[in-house]
Amino acid sequence: MSDAPGTEEVQARPGSEPAGGGIDPPRAGTGEPHNDSAEAEVQALRVLRRGFAMSPELRRGLPVVAAVGLFAAVGRLIVPVMVQLVLDHGVIGPDGYRPGVVWVLSLAALGAVLVVAAASRFALIRLVRMAESVLLGLRVRAFEHIHRLSLATHTETRRGVLVARVTSDIEAMAIFMQWGAMSWTINPVLILATLAVMLFYSWQLTLLVLVLHLLVLPFMRWVQRRQIAAHSRVRDRVADTMGHTSETVSAAAVIRAYGYRRAVRARLDRAVDRQYQAQMSAFKWWAFLMPTVDLVSSVSLAAALVVGVTWSEELGIGAGGLVAFVFLVRLLMRPISEIGEVFDTTQSALAAWWKVMGVLDTPVEVVEPEPAEAEELPAGPLPVEVRGVSFSYRSGEPVLRGIDVRIPPDANAAVVGETGSGKTTFARLLARLADPSAGEVVIGGVDLRAVAPEARRRSIRMVPQDGFLFAASIEDNIRYGRPGATAADAAAAVDELGLRGWVEGLPAGMHTPVGQRGGRLSVGERQLVALVRAQVADPGLLILDEATSAVDPETEEALAAAMAHLAVGRTTVSVAHRLSTAERADLVLVFDDGRVVEQGTHRDLVAAGGVYARLHRSWVGNTRRAAPLV
Amino acid sequence: MSASRDRMPRRGFRLIMRSVRAHPVPHLVALLGALGFVAATVGTAWLLGWVTDDVIIAPQSERTGPAVAAAMVIGVSVASGISVLMRRWFLAMAELRTQRDWRRALLHRYIDLPMDFHRERDPGELLAHADSDVNTATMVLKPLAFAVSVVVLVVVTMVALFAAHPLLALIAAIVFPALAVISRVYTRMVEAPSAEVQRRVGEVSEVAHESFDGAVVVKTLGREPIEVERMRAVSARLRDERIRVGRMRAGFEPSIDALPTVGAIVLLLVGAWLVGRGSATPGDLVLAATLFSLLALPLFIVGFFLEEMPRSVVSLERVDRVLDRPLEPSAEPEGNGPVLPPGPLGLQIDGLAVRYGSRLVLDGLWLAVSPGETVALVGATGSGKSTLLETVAGLNSVAGGSIQLSGAALQDVPSRELHSAVALVFQEAFLFADTVTENVGLQWGRSPADVTAALDSAAAGAFVDALPDGGSTVVGERGVTLSGGQRQRVALARALVRSPRLLMLDDATSAVDPVVEGEILANLRRDLDTTMLVVAHRISTIELADRVAYLAGGRIVATGAHEELLDIDDYRSLVSAYEQAEVP
Repeated sequence: MSDAPGTEEVQARPGSEPAGGGIDPPRAGTGEPHNDSAEAEVQALRVLRRGFAMSPELRRGLPVVAAVGLFAAVGRLIVPVMVQLVLDHGVIGPDGYRPGVVWVLSLAALGAVLVVAAASRFALIRLVRMAESVLLGLRVRAFEHIHRLSLATHTETRRGVLVARVTSDIEAMAIFMQWGAMSWTINPVLILATLAVMLFYSWQLTLLVLVLHLLVLPFMRWVQRRQIAAHSRVRDRVADTMGHTSETVSAAAVIRAYGYRRAVRARLDRAVDRQYQAQMSAFKWWAFLMPTVDLVSSVSLAAALVVGVTWSEELGIGAGGLVAFVFLVRLLMRPISEIGEVFDTTQSALAAWWKVMGVLDTPVEVVEPEPAEAEELPAGPLPVEVRGVSFSYRSGEPVLRGIDVRIPPDANAAVVGETGSGKTTFARLLARLADPSAGEVVIGGVDLRAVAPEARRRSIRMVPQDGFLFAASIEDNIRYGRPGATAADAAAAVDELGLRGWVEGLPAGMHTPVGQRGGRLSVGERQLVALVRAQVADPGLLILDEATSAVDPETEEALAAAMAHLAVGRTTVSVAHRLSTAERADLVLVFDDGRVVEQGTHRDLVAAGGVYARLHRSWVGNTRRAAPLV
Repeated sequence: MSASRDRMPRRGFRLIMRSVRAHPVPHLVALLGALGFVAATVGTAWLLGWVTDDVIIAPQSERTGPAVAAAMVIGVSVASGISVLMRRWFLAMAELRTQRDWRRALLHRYIDLPMDFHRERDPGELLAHADSDVNTATMVLKPLAFAVSVVVLVVVTMVALFAAHPLLALIAAIVFPALAVISRVYTRMVEAPSAEVQRRVGEVSEVAHESFDGAVVVKTLGREPIEVERMRAVSARLRDERIRVGRMRAGFEPSIDALPTVGAIVLLLVGAWLVGRGSATPGDLVLAATLFSLLALPLFIVGFFLEEMPRSVVSLERVDRVLDRPLEPSAEPEGNGPVLPPGPLGLQIDGLAVRYGSRLVLDGLWLAVSPGETVALVGATGSGKSTLLETVAGLNSVAGGSIQLSGAALQDVPSRELHSAVALVFQEAFLFADTVTENVGLQWGRSPADVTAALDSAAAGAFVDALPDGGSTVVGERGVTLSGGQRQRVALARALVRSPRLLMLDDATSAVDPVVEGEILANLRRDLDTTMLVVAHRISTIELADRVAYLAGGRIVATGAHEELLDIDDYRSLVSAYEQAEVP
């Protein structure tokens, strides 16, 4: 099975396809931090700058952590010095063995150890608190942003990839917070402190050591850029594996019913293999980098030795000083190599951070109005006016062209047409799941784009074809229809739609758990719950997108009757291919290839003998040919 | 569970051995690298001692040239670098390969476990197992080679210490029981919270997955703010648990850091006392203190290793709970079994019962279908039509009764045989995020001509040709880039391409408009020689059938010709509902 090229490529080349779908690439020109050139290279400094800018938790917590890290670092230096002092002055000093000195110094050292341990403990707790707050904030913000993105983005990005952004990527950062962050806090302090002490012995030799270490920086930078790019690819591969996993789990029934096990297994194996290869290739940079840096440290040690011994008089450094200096160079190697130990985790975390930023930088296409300028919707049934609306998904042909429709308040409108004629898209525009590419949708006299989100949620309700339910009880799912709806409200809505009998037939009635996506109910039953969920909201405009397509005819008709009864004081727009819906509508809109080709009442349209008349003839033939009238 | 009752070191050892047995070579090379590093460390210490004595302090005449010393320092460093490279590279290989194995095993298990497993488990949780749990389970392998190799350093150091002064060596040795006690206490404290962290990572993943999965409904319900709160709540629980573990680590890590220093101080105090009593010389004490300082690194590494162990062990146990689930006996009977006869299949169902959780969906269902017959299943929403078809397709475990296909018991039929003979087209068409052609011909290696023919039969040929890349157009996940009716037609083609001998349509054209549906039904009659079970709502579909089976409450209430069944009131009102609703 070939991979989905669209998704794959977009992920493999962040930022390279500004018009392409997918959530991954931070698009060019959308925000100052990512105003990338063609090849949007991940840059550590940019990630950091941006990261600090958008995580207030990080800015707030950092000073404390830095201060305590400083203290812990100084403590680390003090302790070995104290032990040395005990030996020098208490055991092998000029006065020989002096028990008093040993005791005093030892106890002082012990005290220092305890203070350092306590300080470290405090620092670690602060660090973990701050880190977890940062991650929490980032995770929730990314999650929130994903929900703000348009349906088109959701359609084009696989679930598993979206989940990866708020789980796996954040976890990669969590690993860094646990193992890397403390190291970056303490070790630079240790390096600076050691350099300062070295200066005390010989500024020339210190300069030599420093210059030699600095020489390696361009190389480190070169490696680091490749490392972070490689880790960025790892993040893509991890997301890809999760995408395939999610799809496999969702497709469990199809895989089993069609004997796809072998093919799906091969596909998952490939995703896992590619993840492994990406991880190994990210790893190779690190494996080579740190021995190289260690080598440089050794070279600088050797250089200091040669220079120090050869020009000891010119430098004014004696044998004792040189011994101490060599010891200090050795001391310098430890913090450098400790930073080296966490270097890989660091790049991985930066790459993950970049990915999460990519999510946050994905532009929101359906932008809510400023609260101050947002308008309310009038109470009661809402008139709908669609003026010159065209719509096309990102990279495609227009799906709707020049739609002009007026639906009076309280009307019951039916939208019919062949599959792919644009009915569902039309319904989505009315619910503002997307904004038209041209023209405007005016509901209750207000341009939909200016309506306050709360007002829209309260007064406009769309029931999509896929009756997705949350893994909760039927009652809970119904109550999700309106914030604050009570169990009594839910029961009342069930009664209003005449569904009490059905609910009572379920094992636990209203408390029956519906399972994942509502999987324990049949498709038709899910649609029933979705419908009750809309009823509980009692909207002024109800949009039904084939909301009862999987319900049996008798129930569907009973529902239609109940809805008609309830429709007083409500405008209803129903997308349907069961033309029984159209027969009783006040207004029928006939869609064909993205245009409204006919509109009028059922009778007029049948009489006109156009597209609708043809559809209706076929429908009658299919449903009524042999059924006797009762 | 018995594994949990064992002590942590044993459980950790088992985890490690699973990885070592699977990948002995990388682990071994990494260990050699680590040993090389230990040797280089000892070598450097010795070298610097020599440099101090013979190069810096020695009088000019006896002095070795600094260039020689520099060359040796760099030489040792190169050796050390190579050993680090070996350790890192091969250890990463061992760790990542182990991850790959466990991840793959887990994903295979997801594919092979029965449907019941997927009905009860949350997809988000399954994602977390395959990602976070597997990653965490291998964490303990990172410091493994180093931790083993430093044991050599410990032994060498202790031998040298013992040679210097046995009593001082004994005092130095107290750090080991101290390390054991500290890590034991830590392990006991941290085990439960670590498992809790992993569980909560799973929860976050569950909420994310469900929420994104239902993105359309979340939008239509305006539930974004509530969903964000839900995410915030589970994330906060994860944060709190992580902070709890973090507090424990914040106690453990500084203790391990302080251990060598405290040990050195105790050594000095006792040593000084011994010197005072004359049983040791100051020289002994200095040597002992120097040697002891070499133990700091091993203690640090072993401490790190012990710190990682509980997290890894509890994560692997979560993975194992999935891996240890038994497969259904019929999960993959690739072997021998009854071969189904060619031509349309007969179906005999006797007293079938199926339950979903506590709900008995089918309850004593009898049905016989002759080869070549077309039977329409008619019943109200929730009467068990879909469950019946899914059970015949082998998706459900049977709580009672039996199903026979042309005389062969369903559970004995090898899966490949079953899949090539029986096709079920679902009410909800699930397509893979792949090309249309791949979706239709997947795995079964059908020729492009077969795929085209199947698409034409399903009345999908025309719209597929009109897609931007025709049959090579990629449809979104679940096929979301197609309209509902288009999706159903591609799903139908997927069934038709294998020329099934028993075709089951579960309201498979519900989103297709009537004109196209009529075309499809005509095609099916013309192109297929098969037995059909069709869930039907429309009279036209019902009429296509030779016989109608009327389902209510999980049983077949009546079978017979449509006209005969019209005598049953419930049946009549069900199928003629559209009739009654007609506008006069």
